[in-house]
Amino acid sequence: MHPSSARLLNILVPVKRAVDYAVKIRVNPQQTGIDLNVKHSMNPFDEIAVEEAVRIRERLSKGSEPVTITALTIGPAKSIETLRTALAMGADSAVHVEIPESAPAPEPLGVAKAIKAVIEKQKEKEGVDMVILGKQAIDDDLGQTGQMLASLLGWGQATFASKVELDLDAKNATVTREIDGGLEQVRVKFPMVITTDLRLNEPRYASLPNIMKAKKKPVTKLTPTDLGVSLEPQMEVIKVVEPPKRVGGSKVESVDELVEKLKTAGFTAV
Amino acid sequence: MAGPSTRLRAIKLYKELHRLGRDYPDEHYNFQGKLRRLFEKNRALTDSEEIEKAFKLGEYIKNETLALYSLRKYRHLKRNYPANDSPS
Repeated sequence: MHPSSARLLNILVPVKRAVDYAVKIRVNPQQTGIDLNVKHSMNPFDEIAVEEAVRIRERLSKGSEPVTITALTIGPAKSIETLRTALAMGADSAVHVEIPESAPAPEPLGVAKAIKAVIEKQKEKEGVDMVILGKQAIDDDLGQTGQMLASLLGWGQATFASKVELDLDAKNATVTREIDGGLEQVRVKFPMVITTDLRLNEPRYASLPNIMKAKKKPVTKLTPTDLGVSLEPQMEVIKVVEPPKRVGGSKVESVDELVEKLKTAGFTAV
Repeated sequence: MAGPSTRLRAIKLYKELHRLGRDYPDEHYNFQGKLRRLFEKNRALTDSEEIEKAFKLGEYIKNETLALYSLRKYRHLKRNYPANDSPS
């Protein structure tokens, strides 16, 4: 669906309930993953994505284009909190694809397939013009979902975005991307997938009045079966271990002592 | 306390600060206690100028705390996800 100046721009923002950034990560006793019994919050890159969607709406509402923002999450019942944060930041409605509490964390390919299924469901209403996601989740740092989604949908993608400028009349966007060695500018046609990098914007803090208002916004509940998607993991984590503890260095009193220590450590003169 | 509207304003501010204080990074900093004490200290104010000053202080603390949170998060993220400015 292509937006024209009189019609809606529909933005979908998938968000993830990830381990909070301030938590000290620990490997679980079974060595199969990290301790998940810790504070969770919305992935910071996803906060940036929600913020960008809200800013796009603020920029465009100077004209007559109404923009709708839908937040989406795939996760256990607790993930509803993440959706509430997105709604409090400015999303209009949300979709919760609920998985059982005991289910393993979905993999990026599964997530991408689920997002695609939600988009196809939306096509029956007004469709989705743009998907904005965080470039990676801070708990797994995989950074694959956006790219996989674009590929499954056959849409253009602009990843690691640090600036997004929309041209609705030309039906495209100019995106500045952060790449190794500098910045790159790409032009993407609608519909598109954008993944956000850290320097795109500064997300707003959801204030209490907005949190209260968010309680009235609609949340649709779906299951993977409703979408016809299987979230069975295709990979098995065999082992997770902590990196070796850093051993402190020691101070030496003189050059001779340094030479002695180097000799005992096995270094020989070249 | 002058009038029901100031009372509502004060309650609103208290609720906002209370909610903010929940995310305070230092566990040993008694945000709730300080918040309570500061509000209780000012409960008998009648002069509208003084009341305004107290509200301004409350708003100031709210903004400072918000700035603390966002800076802390930003610094952490910036450290862990640095900008690519040299070819790897």
